[in-house]
Amino acid sequence: MTPQPIYLEEKLKEVQESGRLAYRSKSMPTWCPGCGYFSIVDGLPGALNDLGIAPKDAVVVSGIGCSSRFPFFVNTYGFHTLHGRVLPVATGIKTANDALTVIAVGGDGDGFAIGGGHVPHAARRNVDLTYLLFDNGIYGLTKGQTSPTSSVGFKTPTSPYENPDQPLNPLLMVLTYGATWVGQAYAGRPQQLETMIKQAIAHRGFSYLHILSPCVTFDKTDRTYVRLGDLVRDLPANHDKGDLGAALHLAMDTATPALGVFYETQRPTLADALDGLVEKAGGSVGQKRRTA
Amino acid sequence: MLKQTEGSRAVAEAVALCRPEVICAYPISPQTHIVEALGEMVKDGSLAPCEFINVESEFAAMSVAIGSSCAGARTYTATASQGLLYMVEAVYNASGLGLPIVMTVANRAIGAPINIWNDHSDALSQRDSGWLQLFAETNQEALDLHIQAFRLGEELSLPVMVCMDGFILTHAYERVDMPTQAQVDAYLPPFEPRQVLDPAEPVSIGAMVGPEAFMEVRYLAHAKQMEALKLIPGYANEFREIFGRDSGGLCHTYRADDAETIVVAMGSVLGTIKDTVDQMRDAGHKIGVLGITLFRPFPIQQVRDALHNAKRVVVLEKSLAVGLGGILATNVRMALSALPIDVYTVVAGLGGRPITRRSLHALFRKAEQDEIDAVSFLDLNRDAVDKQLARERAHRRTGPAAEAMLRDLGVVAAKLA
Repeated sequence: MTPQPIYLEEKLKEVQESGRLAYRSKSMPTWCPGCGYFSIVDGLPGALNDLGIAPKDAVVVSGIGCSSRFPFFVNTYGFHTLHGRVLPVATGIKTANDALTVIAVGGDGDGFAIGGGHVPHAARRNVDLTYLLFDNGIYGLTKGQTSPTSSVGFKTPTSPYENPDQPLNPLLMVLTYGATWVGQAYAGRPQQLETMIKQAIAHRGFSYLHILSPCVTFDKTDRTYVRLGDLVRDLPANHDKGDLGAALHLAMDTATPALGVFYETQRPTLADALDGLVEKAGGSVGQKRRTA
Repeated sequence: MLKQTEGSRAVAEAVALCRPEVICAYPISPQTHIVEALGEMVKDGSLAPCEFINVESEFAAMSVAIGSSCAGARTYTATASQGLLYMVEAVYNASGLGLPIVMTVANRAIGAPINIWNDHSDALSQRDSGWLQLFAETNQEALDLHIQAFRLGEELSLPVMVCMDGFILTHAYERVDMPTQAQVDAYLPPFEPRQVLDPAEPVSIGAMVGPEAFMEVRYLAHAKQMEALKLIPGYANEFREIFGRDSGGLCHTYRADDAETIVVAMGSVLGTIKDTVDQMRDAGHKIGVLGITLFRPFPIQQVRDALHNAKRVVVLEKSLAVGLGGILATNVRMALSALPIDVYTVVAGLGGRPITRRSLHALFRKAEQDEIDAVSFLDLNRDAVDKQLARERAHRRTGPAAEAMLRDLGVVAAKLA
């Protein structure tokens, strides 16, 4: 079958009628042209729209960095917190108002350097939120220093000597921390990314989506679209996402990053556990949480 | 050697001349250029022997600095704003332990609301932390103060914060006189730590101290800081002999001899103030300036001596003690205890608001007539404030004030449905 041409007018009409534009704010993203994060700011509205979660029922919480400008560009509730504090603030919001869909966003530096101490605890408590980690392996907002996920030997204009430090493996970490949904997507595959954001939000519990992205301004050599595009691959068709061992094995392969859902399981969330404590003590949970 | 260079680069080169052995840092604007330049010098071998560690947070930066200073290495780091606040627990730890770490603070506002521009809120929040605090007026002074800071800190075994205005100094290209290695070596002896982790003479650092001695250990910290007031004038003299210029010291008057009005300030704004005062002096006004270089320990006697003949004192400060007024002004008032001098607090330049000669002319002329409030805010947009206050009277849920005010000003494009 010959591919059908896509006409701009039809595409525009389709986007306008989809309802997804209601989730975009009138602020244009301030990222550099070509930044991978544009796929994410496009994907989240699509995911929320498809899930039927109204803008007023969602809150996007961010830390500090290029990625953390995100709440300004979407028309949900937004909270731009301190550097590294996205997960505790998101936990507070979700605990106070269980009816909200809480999406935490942040970069590799925010999440795994300055805020690294919070990740294990949000995961092990199974807070019912989605953490979208934008990993470009660089500190972009401060002009391109190496980050905890930069490759060994990586050079940038502001870090002109080879990075001597071993990068972290965030997927391996969150799997061992006890996250109940773990996946990986690539900003260069926007449709798959949108689908995975949708799955992550639909999961009840702590869902962690690792999003690989180039930094087109400060990384001209390592994680470019060309290189990442060649390296990424789909998950093996026979991958069992209930198998933690298989997920860990996949996460160890950083040379050819797999895209898809690595792991999924069900466990009581933090709210379930808190309610359980009250019930065990003979009390009543009552109407303590507000609805949106 | 005279050269035209960026403030951050000048400070980096001066720090390098001090032969640091461990440098650790985490990127934060507007300090980053300093440690990037030092990182480059470490990696290309021009600053050897020295290790540079790119750490995971400011909390780690100060903690690594504490460890390396305990191990006997001359240690340097730099930060600003939120970074300084994040490392605070370790900042107090460094001074409590008496470790002579030198840290540049590229002064920047603290949030919320988030703001990357200059004021003195960050450093002044640490006024009681036990660190010595020096404020630079120019890039030359910033460069010189770092050399003096290592000397002073190591003599007293106390950490020193060298404060320079973010962007205004750190990112400005100015002519500076860069000392030679021989000059710095003549001024700054090799680091001889008072306490060091040494297996030949084992000690444990960080002992728990109960009520039986805690007060005495804290008193000692105060007494040691006060020693700096005696040492600094001598160090400034020695600096002049070796480097051929005045730099540092406690505080400095400018055209203040017969002044009825004296303006007190810290940092780069002194340049604008001096220009304004020059013009007013030419027009016959009896006005002068007192620039504070050493904020901690606060040179109470020297400030009193400099101001005691004035009729009034205008403290222009880039900081705000919320619920009180001024931070610097409160210190100046203490220096003027029981003297019949009016002290006016003028909060100016918060979050990078420009402080212009035009505004200063108007302010100083009003002050001369005693027509300013005890606490005032230079160039405050009163309309914007009143509008927000009216909104808060009218509605309960007014949302974040910062965003509402930005909307009033037309800065935020997004509108809620």
